[in-house]
Amino acid sequence: MLVFERRRQPSKFWTTITPVLAVVLTMIVGGIMFALLGKNPVEAIRTIFWSPLFDPNLSAYARPQILVKAAPLVLIAIGLSIGFKANIWNIGAEGQYIMGAIFGGGVALALYPLEAWWIFPLMILSGILGGILWAMLPALLKIKFRTNEILVSLMLVYVSEHFLASVSLGLLRNPDGIGFPGSRNLQQYASASNGELFTGTGIHLGVIAAFVSIFALYGLIKFHRIGFQVRVTGQSERISRFAGVNPNLMVIFCLATGGGLAGLAGIFELSGPTGQLSIDFNVGYGFTAIIVAFLGRLNPFGMALAALLMALTYIGGELAQFMLNLPAAAIQALQGMLLFILLSMDFLSQYRIKIRKLA
Amino acid sequence: MDFAAINPLLFISTMVAASIPVLLAALGELVVEKSGVLNLGVEGMMIIGAVCGFITIVHTGSPLLGVLASIIAGGVLALLFGVLTQILHSNQVATGLALTLFGLGLSALLGQNYAGIKPPNFPKPALGFLSDLPIFGQLFFKYDYLVYVAFLLVIGVSYVLSRTRSGLILRSIGENHDAAHALGYHVIRVRLAAIVFGGGCAGLGGGYLAMIRVPQWTEGLTAGAGWIALALVVFASWKPYRVILGAFLFGGVTLLQLNLQAVGVKLNPAYLSMAPYIITIIALVVISGTSSRFATLAPGSLGKLFHKTM
Amino acid sequence: MELEEGEICALLGENGSGKSTLVKMMYGLVKPDDGKMIFRSKDYTPTNPNEARSAGIAMVFQHFSLFDALTVAENIALGMSDHLSFSTLSKNIEEKGKAYGLALNPDNLVGSLSAGERQRVEIIRCLLQNPKILIMDEPTSVLTPQEADILFEALKNLAEEGTTILYISHKLEEIKELCTKATILRAGKVVATCNPEEKSARQLAEMMVGTSIGAPKRTGEVRSHEGTPLFQVKDIEKDASSSFGTGLQKISFEVWQGEVFGIGGIAGNGQDELMEVLSGEALPKKGSILLDGKDLARLNPNERRKRGLLFAPEQRVGHAAAGEMNLIENSYLTAADRKALSKYGIINWSKTTSFSKEIICHFDVRTPGSENLAQSLSGGNLQKFVIGREILQNPEVLIVNQPTWGVDAAAAASIRQKLMDLADQGAVVVVISQDIDELLEVSDYISVLSGGRLSRERHVKGLSREDIGLMMGASQELALEA
Repeated sequence: MLVFERRRQPSKFWTTITPVLAVVLTMIVGGIMFALLGKNPVEAIRTIFWSPLFDPNLSAYARPQILVKAAPLVLIAIGLSIGFKANIWNIGAEGQYIMGAIFGGGVALALYPLEAWWIFPLMILSGILGGILWAMLPALLKIKFRTNEILVSLMLVYVSEHFLASVSLGLLRNPDGIGFPGSRNLQQYASASNGELFTGTGIHLGVIAAFVSIFALYGLIKFHRIGFQVRVTGQSERISRFAGVNPNLMVIFCLATGGGLAGLAGIFELSGPTGQLSIDFNVGYGFTAIIVAFLGRLNPFGMALAALLMALTYIGGELAQFMLNLPAAAIQALQGMLLFILLSMDFLSQYRIKIRKLA
Repeated sequence: MDFAAINPLLFISTMVAASIPVLLAALGELVVEKSGVLNLGVEGMMIIGAVCGFITIVHTGSPLLGVLASIIAGGVLALLFGVLTQILHSNQVATGLALTLFGLGLSALLGQNYAGIKPPNFPKPALGFLSDLPIFGQLFFKYDYLVYVAFLLVIGVSYVLSRTRSGLILRSIGENHDAAHALGYHVIRVRLAAIVFGGGCAGLGGGYLAMIRVPQWTEGLTAGAGWIALALVVFASWKPYRVILGAFLFGGVTLLQLNLQAVGVKLNPAYLSMAPYIITIIALVVISGTSSRFATLAPGSLGKLFHKTM
Repeated sequence: MELEEGEICALLGENGSGKSTLVKMMYGLVKPDDGKMIFRSKDYTPTNPNEARSAGIAMVFQHFSLFDALTVAENIALGMSDHLSFSTLSKNIEEKGKAYGLALNPDNLVGSLSAGERQRVEIIRCLLQNPKILIMDEPTSVLTPQEADILFEALKNLAEEGTTILYISHKLEEIKELCTKATILRAGKVVATCNPEEKSARQLAEMMVGTSIGAPKRTGEVRSHEGTPLFQVKDIEKDASSSFGTGLQKISFEVWQGEVFGIGGIAGNGQDELMEVLSGEALPKKGSILLDGKDLARLNPNERRKRGLLFAPEQRVGHAAAGEMNLIENSYLTAADRKALSKYGIINWSKTTSFSKEIICHFDVRTPGSENLAQSLSGGNLQKFVIGREILQNPEVLIVNQPTWGVDAAAAASIRQKLMDLADQGAVVVVISQDIDELLEVSDYISVLSGGRLSRERHVKGLSREDIGLMMGASQELALEA
């Protein structure tokens, strides 16, 4: 008979190794899924996980693209992880990402065609502000009325999606767009464009910001009192009050960092790779970032790796889409599966499995 | 703008039908939460139920098989959640979210070739003269089978929870799992059963949406209905009959905004489409903010990890 | 070990000596690895509590076995193997209650009952099944001495009717009063069986622990108030912090330098609320808390710590210490400001580490190292760590709630000693405890918190257990009159 015995300390070895094992297992289970879809599983897995990195024809384009896709994931996941550590579950990052883009983009579009150096920083700041304000709704409702932040932040995703639809068809629609939906393209507005830093790579300021955020989070959690308080709050509400943490301020702090970073990711994405506000501006980074946060075990470097992996599956998925005619949704299913498998394997780090003879 | 175009009888009967998906999903989740488990994967189970039911009904033409497929699909996904959280002790919040993300992805994958297809009509019971009664016929006797099933289910769940020994055991486990275990009840087994029941209900709710309500398959069909169902459980203070009230409120608002759009209210349709979500938030605020006993209404062990010590 | 019909047998042992495991086997919750039980000359191997119950073995738990949000009748139904209708059950509950002087209303929510009434629920639940053996796990730990007397009467009646009672406790006096036989466990083994009436409490204790233990001693004299009080609490009022808690009404007391002030009373009578208000985890509705004449009642816990008011709450893991953090991080938890462990918010981990090592060394905390998680420590060691963490910050006032709850005898003695030493060095120590013997041992003055009210303080000289019991009763009557 198998017996599970709780470890007194989670095993360091298993904590580190399980994400890797989970990825391998996902490849196997995903392969089976692809086989059921009538695709060659080996081919599919290789296209998704291998070709973007090592295929000589593709890697020159794909490698920097992985960084570009990983940047918003890192930014959002870093912000969310602070809340997750404190047991504050902001899962509405998708909405905060949208609102960041609308706020920042709105400022830039309002100033068009003025050209000035201060437009870009102003736009970025208002992007952050947009994300924060949107995240303050669940925060304030939680503080004031004890409403569940999971549900409120999620409902607000749908609200913001409808809001995005309305502004990209109405208020912020490109007046010179001959009736096409969507705003002006910020890439063609020099003062607001978040252009390439290295020609041909697509790498923009957001990638740099993502790098900075990784180290900032590391410092905050490891060496700062606020980070310590975040971790204490995650242990139990009671102990956090005992440690002198103001629970309301903690809720505000966690949602503000999550919302602010999601807003930042949104405005970088809008002013950079996407360029234009439109109905399909958001592509689910806010939800994928949740997977990134767990896959990276809320550790900043772990999340960076996880974001790269997720970005790889995005790029690889696109490749597989036109090379193997694999449906786009397959990647989403694969990502969800990865999180599932990882969560079930966490067991290994918390428990020891022993074999005991039946009495 | 012409409000007269909204027929009140038709409005109410359509509202009842519109509320069924969230009603079913919320009822299932209520049982799950009464057993002390928080499953945030309702949206995922709903949409999987929707796509599986839809595919089945399109291929077999059998509504019954479609319904069964919805229930089983939701139940299987829920079982996965149950095994992870109850046996492998994974975090309930994270696992529920994973379930939703996975469900959304998988459903899109399964349903990619089914967009735009019209499913066969779903039968209604022949209630003879009852359906022809003035007013009452329209209000009570013109629905499809599943509407009646849903309401019977509410009555059944309410009865089992409050009047039977099994219900008492389920509630006791949700209230204090350590005590229930000490008295010799099988916490994990009961919870797994509740989780699977909840998944079946969510799956059926999703199936209703795809096979009857819309009836069509589109990616992301549920559009947050699962999350609204979760909110309804809180709104209903974990009482089955109040779920009906919440579902009607949601169904009514959804319908009202559609009607308003149809009669040409001069308001951006995007703002009207937000209404159900905003109303849900407001309902949550009202119920969480006004009830001072809020903390004690929720099952005592909700979301807490149970591990047999010893 | 053997049990005979109609006897009241005590099962004695320290925490962790195997008492609970043994009775859980009898009740079918744990399977033995080896060996067997024989009940009425038949092999007895219960695989779950239902089987145990139908065989005639019933158990009253120390905690964890009632459901606050369910009614008395529902709670009792859950613990019964035969399924009766609620109306019959309610009638039976009232009849049994009358027969043994344990009256209950079957429709009340259990959460609204007092500790004594809650225990009645458990006992009636067992009695309704006419058990052959009744196991009672530390039943008096939540009762006032008067309530305990009622319980003993009921138990003696039961034993006369032929029910065997297995009575688990570490309170030696009550075992001497009630039991006719005692089996003593140490480290999972039966070390002795004796007649408790023939042995002294000290002899029993030594059999339990295996070595002789010296009682803690004050080096200074028992204090009497001199000069102005250092710590004053004036007219504190607060609502109950949970729907099953007790609000505080006009709590006032004063403590002078070098004194230990004991607050007795059964948990659930406002102890948690008082601790929250004193620590600043919750703010009082009214009233003031003065240290050296300055009011701290509106400050948060960290501000209070900076001014010298420190605390050690009752629940170790999840309140006083974070189970999933290591001892270094747990040192930082409360000592950040007083020990200057961070500057501009940047934490100095090396300084924190040496502070944690200091605690481990001075308070004899048994652990492989300060890198270990708090939850990996035994209860006694973690409690020593928690108390040590506060004492080594040189508090002006230290407030501790149930300092030795669930702690083995040796650790308890050393903790009490450290608390008294702290007072002797001129600090104020406030001990909230439901253990009357502990209060009599460490305090200079004692007062009782009951029903949210604090009784008048009494000097410990000449005070007996019975006096404290009366104080509990008196303040309850006061509450009834009000």
